[in-house]
Amino acid sequence: MSEIQIKNAFRNKNGKAMIAFITGGDPDLATTEKLLLSMQEAGADLIEIGIPFSDPIAEGPVIQEANERALAAGCTIDRLFDSIKNARAGGVSVPMVFLTYVNPIVQYGAERFMTRCNECGMQGLIVPDLPFEEKGEIADVCRKHGVDIISMIAPTSEDRIRKIAGEATGFLYVVSSLGVTGVRTSITTDIDAMIRLVREASDIPAAVGFGIATPEQARDMAKRSDGAIVGSAIVKLVAKHGRECIGPVSDYVKSLAEAVHGI
Amino acid sequence: MSEQQFHGRFGEFGGQYIPETLMNAVLELEEAYNRYKNDPAFIAELDDLFRNYAGRPSLLYEAKKLSRDLGGARIFLKREDLNHTGSHKINNVLGQALLAKKMGKTRLIAETGAGQHGVATATAAALLDMECEVFMGKLDTERQALNVYRMRLLGATVTPVSSGTGTLKDAVNQAMREWTSRIADTHYCLGSVMGPHPFPMIVRDFQSVIGKEIKQQMLEKEGRLPDVVMACVGGGSNAMGAFYDFIGDKEVELIGCEAAGEGADTPRTAATVATGREGIFHGMKSLFCQDEEGQIAPVYSISAGLDYPGIGPEHAWLFKTGRARYVPVTDEEAVQAFEYLSREEGVIPAIESAHAVAYAMKLAPTMDKDRIIVVNLSGRGDKDVAAIARYRGEDLRDE
Repeated sequence: MSEIQIKNAFRNKNGKAMIAFITGGDPDLATTEKLLLSMQEAGADLIEIGIPFSDPIAEGPVIQEANERALAAGCTIDRLFDSIKNARAGGVSVPMVFLTYVNPIVQYGAERFMTRCNECGMQGLIVPDLPFEEKGEIADVCRKHGVDIISMIAPTSEDRIRKIAGEATGFLYVVSSLGVTGVRTSITTDIDAMIRLVREASDIPAAVGFGIATPEQARDMAKRSDGAIVGSAIVKLVAKHGRECIGPVSDYVKSLAEAVHGI
Repeated sequence: MSEQQFHGRFGEFGGQYIPETLMNAVLELEEAYNRYKNDPAFIAELDDLFRNYAGRPSLLYEAKKLSRDLGGARIFLKREDLNHTGSHKINNVLGQALLAKKMGKTRLIAETGAGQHGVATATAAALLDMECEVFMGKLDTERQALNVYRMRLLGATVTPVSSGTGTLKDAVNQAMREWTSRIADTHYCLGSVMGPHPFPMIVRDFQSVIGKEIKQQMLEKEGRLPDVVMACVGGGSNAMGAFYDFIGDKEVELIGCEAAGEGADTPRTAATVATGREGIFHGMKSLFCQDEEGQIAPVYSISAGLDYPGIGPEHAWLFKTGRARYVPVTDEEAVQAFEYLSREEGVIPAIESAHAVAYAMKLAPTMDKDRIIVVNLSGRGDKDVAAIARYRGEDLRDE
């Protein structure tokens, strides 16, 4: 699976990526497997899979509840890896990254974790509680296994943007707003100013996430950057429809992908 | 101790494992703290609040009846329960609130378990004309209803947190989430020696007044240092405050008393050192109660203030280097100590502090009569009376 790379996600005609997030194992792993394929078919260019965690401090209520549902349904790291491997065997070929807190990686064993990432076809990691200063915790092992650490920049990052972007790998996750994940009616941050600082330091693709829920917002954010990341709005559909969520999620992701790809 | 503290580390423990959104806020806090901690005007202002508002220095009281009854070492109680607001929490809060004010912040947020830190924060906010919101686990708002009302009386908003286990760790989660959404005018007044650097250092420094006073008072009274200093440990702020000035005095034994709940060999426990292992959570590398996959364990203790699945990073370091030892104390032992100290000395301790009293009751009889134990009595127990009555099968009602 070494041919799958994160940069593939930014190789559409217009170079803009629609990035979709789901929580692994919500409502169960069989549904997760189906969602991965259907979101790819609906036009998602990259998929983020959240590893459910007991205390997701960067998440708003929608994804917190998804974490609780997935853990209650028995999702473990090993089972999630197995499901991802199945999904890859079933034709999922878009790049995929985990969103996980650092403790599960450390407890599983970073070396063992990255080995499994290679084996199951995971290209990167977004670790919200691992800022620039602490990425040394897993950086060497990630590099050795070719697993990208996706760095984040926030509206408060200011003078930190240059140094973070300068060392970023995979793509850069631009946090659109203060606060935790969740749907927002409007995004008031000066995204353009953040992207300008990124561009000065690096040519790494930068995608905007947090608070994006409508195709219009996705189009607007992707226009200003290299892509739009949508999480809570998808997870809400999973919560509403449970195992019957494949259709509604597909339709929704399709509308987002069309908006992003049609720029 | 500056050599052990490198970039916010105590050995390998500590660090800043937090979302990027908060990084500039903690860096700004560290910078401000380093600027003010040696500023004579700041020191004088805080000292004035300590003396004339909080009632420091707190007494070092020799519990003679207790010592005689136990028939071993002499036991002294460091009476942090006599501080304004009824616990050691006010030391840290006055320091942080004053610092936040200097930084131009107008709003304090805090987590609280038993409610003592929330009450102290609400108090400082009232005094310094700041807005205050306190996050408290839903379960804790129920078992510490009196403190919820106290905070509201003091003008604070109390926000119950029902996610997760509805206890202290969930209150910390929610306070961190709140801080990421509102940083410019808000200081997160963290209540224990935990979280990302610089909090473990700042909270320890503001609490270290406890150990400094113990040392001075003991030298005045007895002309010598104590043999043992002990304190209860949840996150570990009162223990760290009591221990810190003695770390270099190798002859003084330091003992932290953890909440074992129904027993450190049962799942209903919060004894982190006894049952946890190294991990990364709530901004720090330290010891945590967790499962094999790193999910944080749903811990339990009768004491809402000790009902936390981790321990401050400097404690993890003191444990790992062997400088301090940590012992588990069960609910039942703590409740017995709560009742015993009330009857014997006329002092009703916080159920948290009763964990330290309980271990002193075990340890003192094994020591010679000329040896000295100092127990940090971190808080008073009025808030716990109803819960202890319930534990003993009585339902108190004002009707």
